[in-house]
Formats: sequence, structure tokens, C-alpha cells
Amino acid sequence: MQLDRLKTGGRIDRTRPLNFRFNGKTYSGFAGDTLASALLANDVALVSRSFKLHRPRGIVGAGAEEPNAIVQVGTGASTLPNMRATQVELYDGLEARSTKGWPNLRFDLAALNDRFSKVFGAGFYYKTFMRPKAFWKYYERFIRASAGFGIAPTEPDPDSYEHRNAHCDVLVAGGGPAGLMAALVAARSGARVIIADEQNEFGGSLLSGSESIDGKPAAEWVNAVIAELRDRGNVTVLTRSTVFGYYDHNFIAVAEHCSDHKGERAADGVRERLWRVRADQVVLAQGAFERPLVFCNNDRPGVMTASAVSTYINRYGVCPGKRAVVFTNNDSAYRTALDLNNAGIPVVVVDCRKSGAGSLGATADAAGITVLRGHIVSDVIGRHRVSGIRIARWDGDTQSTFDSTIRIDCDLLAMSGGWSPAVHLHSQSGGTNAWDETRHCFVPAESAQANVSAGACNGHWSLKACLQDGIDAGAEVAARCGLRTMPVELPVTTEGTDNPMQALWRVPASKDPDRCPKQFIDYQNDTSVADVRLAAREGYRNVEHVKRYTALGFGTDQGKLGNINGMAILAECLGKTIPEVGTTTFRPVYTPVTFGLGAGENVGELFDPIRKTAIHERHQAAGSPFEVVGQWHRPWYFPQGGEDLHAAVARECLATRNSVGMMDASTLGKIDARGPDVVEFLERIYTHDVGRMKVGRCAYGIMLREDGMLMDDGVMARLGEHQYYLTTTTGGAANVLNWLETWLQTEWPELKVYLTSLTDSFSTIAVAGPKSRDVLQNAGCSIDLGKENFSFMSVQQAVLAGFPVQLFRVSFSGELAFEINIDSAYASQMWQILMESGKEFDITPYGTETMHVLRAEKGFVIVGQDTDGSVTPVDLGMNWLLSKNKDFLGKRSLSRQDCVRDDRKQLVGLLSVDGSTVVPEGTQLIEDPGAPKPVPMCGHVTSSYFSATLGHPIAMALVSAGHRRKDETIYAYLADNLVVPVTIVSPVFYDAKGARQNV
Amino acid sequence: MKKYSGLSLVTGALRHNRNWQPAWRKPDPKREYDAIIVGGGGHGLATAYYLAKEHGVRNVAVLEKGWIGGGNTGRNTTIVRSNYLWTEASLLYEKSLKLWENLSQELNYNVMFSQRGVYNLGHTLQDMRDIERRVGANRLNGIDAEVVNAEQVKQAIPLINTSPDARYPILGASLQRRGGVARHDAVAWGFARAADALGVDIIEQCEVTAVNRDGGQVTGVETTRGRIASKKIGVVVAGNASVLASMADLRLPIESHPLQAFVSEPLKPVLDTVVMSGAVHGYISQSDKGELVIGAGIDAYLGYGQRGSFQTIEHTMEAIIQLFPMFSRVRMLRSWGGIVDVCPDACPIISKTPVQGLYFNCGWGTGGFKATPGSGWVFAHTIAQDRPHELNAPFDLNRFTTGALIDEHGAAAVAH
Amino acid sequence: MFLIQCPWCGNRAETEYRYGGEAGISRPKDPDALSDAEWSDYLFYRSNPRGAHKELWNHAQGCRRWFEVERDTVSYKIARSYKLADRNSESGS
Repeated sequence: MQLDRLKTGGRIDRTRPLNFRFNGKTYSGFAGDTLASALLANDVALVSRSFKLHRPRGIVGAGAEEPNAIVQVGTGASTLPNMRATQVELYDGLEARSTKGWPNLRFDLAALNDRFSKVFGAGFYYKTFMRPKAFWKYYERFIRASAGFGIAPTEPDPDSYEHRNAHCDVLVAGGGPAGLMAALVAARSGARVIIADEQNEFGGSLLSGSESIDGKPAAEWVNAVIAELRDRGNVTVLTRSTVFGYYDHNFIAVAEHCSDHKGERAADGVRERLWRVRADQVVLAQGAFERPLVFCNNDRPGVMTASAVSTYINRYGVCPGKRAVVFTNNDSAYRTALDLNNAGIPVVVVDCRKSGAGSLGATADAAGITVLRGHIVSDVIGRHRVSGIRIARWDGDTQSTFDSTIRIDCDLLAMSGGWSPAVHLHSQSGGTNAWDETRHCFVPAESAQANVSAGACNGHWSLKACLQDGIDAGAEVAARCGLRTMPVELPVTTEGTDNPMQALWRVPASKDPDRCPKQFIDYQNDTSVADVRLAAREGYRNVEHVKRYTALGFGTDQGKLGNINGMAILAECLGKTIPEVGTTTFRPVYTPVTFGLGAGENVGELFDPIRKTAIHERHQAAGSPFEVVGQWHRPWYFPQGGEDLHAAVARECLATRNSVGMMDASTLGKIDARGPDVVEFLERIYTHDVGRMKVGRCAYGIMLREDGMLMDDGVMARLGEHQYYLTTTTGGAANVLNWLETWLQTEWPELKVYLTSLTDSFSTIAVAGPKSRDVLQNAGCSIDLGKENFSFMSVQQAVLAGFPVQLFRVSFSGELAFEINIDSAYASQMWQILMESGKEFDITPYGTETMHVLRAEKGFVIVGQDTDGSVTPVDLGMNWLLSKNKDFLGKRSLSRQDCVRDDRKQLVGLLSVDGSTVVPEGTQLIEDPGAPKPVPMCGHVTSSYFSATLGHPIAMALVSAGHRRKDETIYAYLADNLVVPVTIVSPVFYDAKGARQNV
Repeated sequence: MKKYSGLSLVTGALRHNRNWQPAWRKPDPKREYDAIIVGGGGHGLATAYYLAKEHGVRNVAVLEKGWIGGGNTGRNTTIVRSNYLWTEASLLYEKSLKLWENLSQELNYNVMFSQRGVYNLGHTLQDMRDIERRVGANRLNGIDAEVVNAEQVKQAIPLINTSPDARYPILGASLQRRGGVARHDAVAWGFARAADALGVDIIEQCEVTAVNRDGGQVTGVETTRGRIASKKIGVVVAGNASVLASMADLRLPIESHPLQAFVSEPLKPVLDTVVMSGAVHGYISQSDKGELVIGAGIDAYLGYGQRGSFQTIEHTMEAIIQLFPMFSRVRMLRSWGGIVDVCPDACPIISKTPVQGLYFNCGWGTGGFKATPGSGWVFAHTIAQDRPHELNAPFDLNRFTTGALIDEHGAAAVAH
Repeated sequence: MFLIQCPWCGNRAETEYRYGGEAGISRPKDPDALSDAEWSDYLFYRSNPRGAHKELWNHAQGCRRWFEVERDTVSYKIARSYKLADRNSESGS
């Protein structure tokens, strides 16, 4: 039974009843309801418990400002924590529950906290839980268990999200009277407009009231405007779309909620869409929030803002009570009194102003509503629900209260403490706000970006003023876009005259503020007047300190209701004015947004692109696991018949050393560098004498950062007088190209050099081993591969198996080897041809792990593994690569004091003394295993493998003064009391003379 | 200083909490101090506290242009750990961690230091090599550290995605059990209260506009509250160090960048530890209030605006969903930015300067919060003795000339 | 997310660009003639101003050109951007 549903009225669809469950009980509502309106229709007043004191709480607002009605919606993987019941659209089968209250919401043991609330004053936790020290973790466990509201899902999100970029001339945030008017004016001028509103339908405050425009119900005007906007080709109309973030350069983030109103899961399409809008101009028309009044027990279920009560009556056809009191310091709440009266609810108005309201006051009097002018509500009676109030006489001029024991029975108290423009987005954008002494609120002052505030958001309360402000804003932004606007007629509205609001920040009580019943400022965090006073007393007087000390404004509503009251009460307490106390920062976001929305499509595999070589599928078919190297997936090893990594690698190594192996080296960076000045350019980049290379020759080259540290390495080939082919490490490819381009453009623009990345265009297959030449010959090669014609470290163009290729006689394994560069389109085919051609030699594909072992046996470094950004070429024993004939990047740094220390960490080889232990990579090296901690470290292991070729483990390491410590024994630290003695040797373990590659 | 305790809360309650005294006084600046600390963040307040407590220098002023703890102290993600790679850095941070372990008792202010462990995830073979190296170094330095495998990660953090099919699968992690989080504001307030009790003047709304010198000797500062003299001035102003340096005609090897962070709405406990990942670029913990506290890397550009670009937040959300796919439905409540001053080697400068009596403590980059007590402790020593403590000697400005950088980029690939 | 004008391609979102640090740091012509301190100034020391800043941006996902931008480091407002060749003139937008 929807006990509190009015017989008629509202924008709900009474032909579509919907069932839903709240805290295990089934209720019904109608299409068009929010969870909050449906709960109120079912006379459910108690919906939650407060954060700290566990006081019973009911719905207080009707929108984004709601601090109390925070519920868990949905089940399982699609459950949603911390949803505001006021913004949850009802659907059939909706499941919701409170997450506070044990054993249940009505009988909550933790409500005892409220009894001792004075002990739990602001910042109490900073003053206790310190002894005994070891107990903090138990205290903390208890604190954590009692904190928090919602419950996070524990299974991956089944729904999807998307991003959409949009550009427009004018973005209008908010679809109330001002926003609609501004959009209409801008759209008619020809501007490309996006108008977004967070609700399911446009109209904003008009949906909550009973006003008329042009003699018709306001809704008809709204429909007409929206129809025109939709009909125009230049307007994008977004409902259920919250403008939540205003970033630099007019970048606006809008969250469109596509499916939550239909059900738990996004059955078709995405759940939410992030609009990333770049707007030339922005109209901010998000309206205003009504402020609560701060009186004793103002948090009891049944105490609501007046505008929320009107919303429930007019928009949802629900009256949240049967006997009502309206408590106000301004005229707007009289509308609520009239709404209540029209709905047949007995209502008394308590107005703190002796004068009462203007024309609305007269209307109320005419309607026979009792208006108690010059009165205040001093206390609220009832615990789980308002049962009555006490009122007192109050003189606003002298600020004095006259005791009075009048009690009024009621179950609904609608309050209005005035209005605060929603300056959130204006503030986020960097704009300033100014305190308005007559309207008693912060209004937008200077804009920092291209925007205009309009309507209630700009401090205008009357409908007429809002419409006019919207027209002006629309014309202003259109003009700024260079567009001509047509005059638009101001729609006709009925306007009364308002009496000024009376500032009433803290409502006087029968006892002084530290002793009276709690007067709440921030409902969700239980921040009361006494807390703010305590903070000020303890020296937390800056508004930011007060906020942080009392948690004022740190709830999920971000202080939309309470912040201004809090600042004003702080000001009173400090004897300052409100602007002196200042405003706090409005940080993004306006209302909370899901992580899923921010991530959009970039989740799962799409988190980061995966780069695969042209031969990837063959590796996959061969059963290779892949190693993640940057964005690349590289074959790691090729197990056969249940081999593990070590067995496979041993086999691959031996096959390569004894016959022939083959690997996919396509991920190496490849850059074509050419132009008349290419030699000069490369001389400055690389450390060796690039110009001395003969055409057709290859050379190993390194480049340094300007601080002298090794940056990247690779083989380069001189393809022509003015053309070089450069290779880089897999991980360094993009960096190196950036590096070269940067120097060329910013420092040496006079050099004529052209750089082209060939990394993806060409694939590289390395064929290595004594039989590699035979394999290529078998495949059919157009050139003589013999040593005389094609010597080590040279390059030639050839036709291999009918495909044009570039052949390099270079070796990263120390064996006779060829690297075949081939158009990526044919790479996979070439791989297969070579496998066939090598069959008679049992050609063995190998992966990155075997490549690492083979190169380590030869003492070749891997940049990024054997170096870490603190290693110079001298440390690596590469002095021979450093030209004395020229300057090059980083050269100057090598002569700095720290770079010429003779105890720098230097590259060495290590052999385990026991001949069998493979020391883990990364292991620290020490000299004295018996030393007390901190134990001095003399280096660390960078590479370490079992060498099947040599029959024992080998390792490379960076060791302090390592170059002059050959044959010394030091210790690899595996754990406390577990060290392995290792002997320092040359890092070249195999074929030191290089005979095998030079055949 | 009236002692805080459970009993004091009861006494206070009985007196309607009217008996509480200000945590720190609001003095007007004196004309001269034995030492001035510019910057009322955690580091500055800690410096003043240790100057008074350890070195008997009590005639000290802390000058804060806004409100204490309002800069990076109140804007970070509160992670505390000491598992750095290089000995110089790890010993400094370990000194700090040891101070953290007794800080609530020492200050008689609960800073809620919660040693819930810090996991630094490894996603690639190279990550695991680096973790092995760092953990070994930590242990040799007497710092607790462990290498754990993916299964152990899953046991400790049940919601984390350890599927080998993840885009960046988790291969393992380093674990520092003594690491954790603390309540950031409380650190500033606790140090302020304790320093104040020792006689330190904490002067808020007092912006330094010039540094006065007589030849090569510093003589005081001009402020928005008048001239204040002192022969020793310690500057510890996080993101604004270059601005203060320029007042003394000094240049610094730092650049100031925005660093953003955000929190979710408060949730019931779902994450009992701190998780950091360099490869997917994000880190996350859950506060005592229940909010997931999340951060990532700096914005690339120079920025003093205490805000950054939205795509950085987007990338961070992607990273968190990589690690915790269920958090996709959790909502961001609030995001903010700080100004971090980043050194080329991702290590701080705690140093004398060419100006006699002028000391700088800056360049903490993204990791300064964890160092708060240790930074103050060594900086106090440096100012009081006019020479660095052995713990901060390696963090001298001169290292940029000699090249003796302490390159922690590997360990600090992701902000923290 | 900034909106940055590439002098070649026009206005593009920040995500297309790569930031390149302070502009106008020229590589010394003769590094060997510098003291370690002078060299370190070139390597590491930056003006890092609070306010107007000339900086390099690269249109990494566009034309890959480097250019200069004058941007305020507090308001983040961009005063102008221009080609490197025009760095000494007042042109650009």
C-alpha cells in the first residue's frame, strides 16, 4: 500500500506499477519514481544510520545533495555501493538495502555511540587509541569495520563503458529554466550546442513546482523548448547526463547514465558513457541547493528541505507526512506550505522573520495557513521519526529568544535556510566567488575560463529572473562565438514580491550550543555546531582545518547541504564575516563517477595495445609462451614434449651452438637515417667514429644520455654514402626515434637528415649457428654467402627464396649468423621456408631466453637488464667505443668527478665457486658475509643462467672496481646466513677470440 | 601541553568539551628568531620540532603562507615505506620509518600510522629482477623486505586479479610488512602541537616575499607580516622551492609538476594493504574511513596549479581496474592535485646552499610524505650544526655537479 | 586536458602531444670548455618559474614537430605557440 501517495498529480505513470525490495521487504511504486519517492510513498521514514553516531536518518533531499539515504542497490557482480536513493530511478525488481545498522536498521547497537557523543567529538580519534602502542592495530580493525557505507562488488564488472569525444560551440550544463533558455537562444543563433541535464527529464526546478509559463503549466513550455532543440540539427540533447568535471581549456567531462534506470545490468549497450567535450563556451545553469536550518535534532527522519517536500508532492505525487510544519527564514518555503495545503495536509509555517513573507505570505494567509512569524523551531521530538517540534519566539533584530514551551505535533518538518547557488563547476574551472550580503550566498564573480553562469546558479531565485538570465547568457555566448542572435521574447510568468531573507545560521536553543541537543551541520559525518566550536576552540580555525578536523563536507554529498552553514557558523564562532572565513575549494567531481566510466573501453586486453610480430601466429602454433617486453609479446622459449623452461633453453642453446637456431628478432627498433648531413648528425649521437665506416659495413654503436649514462645500443649499417640503417633495443625503439628527432629539430635544425621508422615495415629473422650459411643456401640465395664475399659485420641486398631481403652478417650469439630483414608481409612465409630449408640440420627456433643465454656466454649486455640508467660505457668496459676525435652527446659528463671514480660499479662475469648454483638475477653481492647490518654491498647480479654449452652456471654483474678485481671471491647474498661464494671473471665466457662468428 | 588520552576525552565530555586548549598558539611574529623555517607543512613542522627537541633550539618560527599542512602534506596518498633501492635513500627513509613507528606516542597525537604492509607488484621478468635486487639491498641494510609470488599476493589481497591472462599479469611482488599508511593531516597537527609546546612559534598566513642577505650571509626574511630576522633559515616548501630559491638568487635542479590523486566513496573494508604497480601505473590503499585512496604518476608538464589533466585520472582508473576489475563499479568521490618538485634522480635535496645560513630541503618529488619525520630530523641537524647529518650528506646539492646522483627512478617509476 | 595549437596542424588535445621541458636550453657549443658546475647547470638546473614559461611540446601523434608554447604555470593559460624558427619573433598565435 502506498499510504502516502497522493490521489492525483505528479509526473509518475500510475498505469505502470513497479515492485521493489528494500531491506528485504517488498514494496511497490510507479514508473517515474525514484527509490526515495517510492520509499516515501510507502511511508518508510527510516532509511539509514549516520556514519559515526549511528543516529537514525531519513530522506532529507530530493537530488544530488542527499546526505542520508545512501543505499546499496543491486546484487552480486552488478551491485552498486553508496547510491543516493534520491537519484536511483525505480525499475521493476530493484533490490536495495541499508548498509548501516546491526543487527538491523531499526535496532542498531552502535547507536550507543550517540549516548556518548560528547566523547566522540570532532577529532576524538587523534587523542586516544595510542596506548598500548601494540593495540592500535586492534583499535584500527574495529574502526575500519565500523566505517564505510557501501559494499564493493567482489566479481569483475559485467558491464561495459565507453568514451565519446565531442566538440561544440556552447555546452549548457543544466536543463532548468535558465539552461533551456540559454540553449534555445544559442541554438537559434546557429551555434552547435550540447545541453546536458542529470535528471531523466528536462525542466530542473520546474519539475518540482506548480508554476506556469506563458499561461500554461511550465512542463508544456519545457516540452516545447526541448522539442525545438531536438528538431534542430545543431543541438545534442543529453538526459541523465551529469556535467561532473570542468577542466582546463574548457574541457568538460559529462557522465551519461545509459542503463541504470532500466535494471541492474546494462542488457543492451553500455552502462555509462563519458562525453569528453571541448566547448568553445559554457553556460553553467545547475541551479541552487536549498540549505537546511541548523536547530536541535534537525536530523530526525521526517525533517526535510522544503524544496524536497515540494518535489515529492509535485513531481512524484507523494506527501512525506500527514501533519507538517514549515520552518523558514525566507519566502521560498511558503510555496511548500501552499503545496502541502493544496495536497490537503495540515501545515503550520514557522518563520523566523517578524515580517514574514511578501506576496506568498499573503497567499498563505488567504489559504488559511497558520503562519507563526518571529518564531523558530528550538527542538525536534521523536527518534525514529519526527513526532513533534518545540517552538520559541525569536527577535531577529536583537537576536534574542523568548522561552516558549509551545509544542506542535507533526510528522514532517520542511525547512529552508535559504539557497546556495551550485557554483561547483564555476569554481572547478578556476572562477572566483563573492559573498552576496543581501542574498546570503556565494555567487560567481570572475570567470577564469570561457563560461557564463545563469539562473539560480548565478544567484537568481525568481523564475522570471532565471529565464531572463538564461536569455542573456545564451546571447552572450553566441556573440562570443561570433554568431548573431535573434531577440527572444521573455516568457510570461507570474511574479510576486519577496521579503528579504533573514540570516539565521545557528538556530538558538534552550541551552547553549555546547550543551544543547545536537544541531547538525553535516548530516552524513555527524558534524554538529558543537564540533565546529570545538575545532575553533582547539585552534583549527582556518576553514580547511575545520573541515578536515570535523569531517564537515567530506561525505559522499561533498557538503552540498552543509558547507555554507558550517562556514557561517564558524564565522560566528570566530567573530568574523563569512567572506573572511572564505570559501573552500570545490574539487572535481560534482557527483561521484565510476572508475569504469573513467576507464571506458581501455580495460582488459585493451588496457594497453599488444604488439605482435608478423610471425606471432607461427610461434603460437609452435606452443611458445610469450614474454612481455614493453608492449610486445615475444616468444620466450619453444618447449617440446613437456619440456620446462630450463630443458627447452638448454636444447635450444646447444642446437644453435652445434648446428643452427633461428629466432624472430622483429621487435628490434629499425630506423632509416639519410640525408646530406647524416654522417655529421650520427657522429654527434653515437660514440664511435661513424664516418669511418665504409659503405656496406656494420658496426656496434651506443648512444649516451647527456649525463653520460648508457641509453641504448644496437648495430648500425652504412647503406650508402648518406644513408644509414640503425637498430635499437626492443624497449628503446620509440625513445631513440624521439631522441634523434628532438636533437635534429631543436638543436641542429641546420642538418639535413631524414629519419624513418621501419620497425613495423620490416621483420627480422636471425639465423645463427655453424650451419646457418647452409640453411640460407638451401633456401636459395642470390649472393655468395662465403666469407670472402660477405664478411662478418657487413650488409648486402639479396634475393632469398625469391624474396628481396637485406642480409646482415651480424651476430648476437657469437656464432656464424645472418639477420634477414624482410618486408613484414612475407616474414611469416620466410620463417616457414627457413624452417624447411633447415630441416636437415634440425634447425631449432629459439626465444628470448635462449637469446639471453647465448649473448651472456659472449658477455654482450642487454640495456635495461645489465644497465639501469646509472651505468657509463666505461663501467661496461666499452672505452674502445668512445671516440677521442669528436664530441658526442654525453661525452662531457664522463669526465665529471663521480664518473672517473675508480671504484665505480663495473661489468664483470661471475662463476659460482661450487660450480653449480645459478644465482638469481638481481642478487646483491657483498664482501663480508659476517658484517653487521647495514652490510656494505659491492654490486649485484644482472644476468644469470645455466650455460648448457659450458656445463656450468654463468653470471654477469656490476661490481665495484670490478675490472681490477679478476679472480677475487665475493659473496652472493641469497638470504641472511645464506650466501654463495662467487669468483669475479671476465664477462666473456665463450670463444673469447670471436673465432666462431668470423668464419 | 595538556596530555591527550582516552581519559581526557571523558573529562572533556563531562565538561561539554569546553576545557580543550588550542593545539598550537596563534602568536604574532617576533622580530628575530634563532632559526626560521619557511613552510608549515609536515616537513617544516617536523624540522622545528626536532630543532627544539633534539638540538635545544627553541626560539624558532615556522612561517606558513596559508594554513599548516595545506600543501602536499594534506594532498598525498599517505603511503609510508622505506624499501628504496639505493643505500643512501633507504637509510634515510628507514630512519623516517623508525620515527613513524613511535610517532603517535612521541607527539601524544594519534597519527594513525598503520603498518598494513606495502606490496610493489612485478609484472615482467625485468620487474622481478629489480624486485630481487631491491629486496636483497633492503635486507642487507636491515630493512624488512620479502619477495612474494603471485599466489602469496592473491592470498593477501583476495580481490586482486592474478590471472596469467591479464594484460600485465602479476608475477610476484616485493612486500614490506612494516610499511603502511598514516593520517596525513594528523601528522602536521601533531608536529605543530608538539613543537608549539616546546616554544616554537607557528605563524600562519605569513608569506615570505624576500630573503634578506648581508653579503653571503642570510639575515632574515620579508613577509606579509613584516620583516623577521634570523641568521639561520631553513626552506622546506615542497613545490615552491624554486620560487623561494630565486628570492636568494639561487637556482635549483628541480621542476614542479602536478601530481593528482583521488578517493572513492567510503566502502566497507575490501583492501587491507597497500598495493603499488609501476608497470600498470597506479597505487591503491583503503583508508580507515573506507575510501579507496588512489594515485598514479605526475602530469608531464610544469604546473603550480594544484590540478592536473583529466586523462591522467582516466589512466589511473584503467590501471586500478586492471588490478581490481570489480572496482569498475566503485565511484570516485573527489580528486585533487598537489605540486611536487622533482629532482633528476628522484631523490631529495637536503643541503646547505652557497648562501651561509640558508638551507634547502626540497625535491622530494612524489614520495615526500613518508619521509616527514626523518626529513625533519636530518634537516634540524643540518640547520643546528651547520653541517649535514651522515644520513643526508649524500643528498647535497653538490651531487649534481660531481655526478654522484642517487638514481631512484627504477624504484620510483610510479609516484607514491 | 589542454588544448594546444600546433603551428602546423592547429588546435589539438593534449593527449596528442609530448611535453619537452623548458625551451631555450641550448647545448653548449664547447662542452669541454665548461667547468663541472657549468655543465651541471646545463644538464639539470631549470628556471621552473611560477608564472610565464616558455616550453617545448612535440606533436607526437601528429606531425611530430617540436614547437614552443608560452604557458602560465599557474593558470595553465597558453599565451601563444609558434614554430622554433619563429622563436625570436612576435608572430605565432
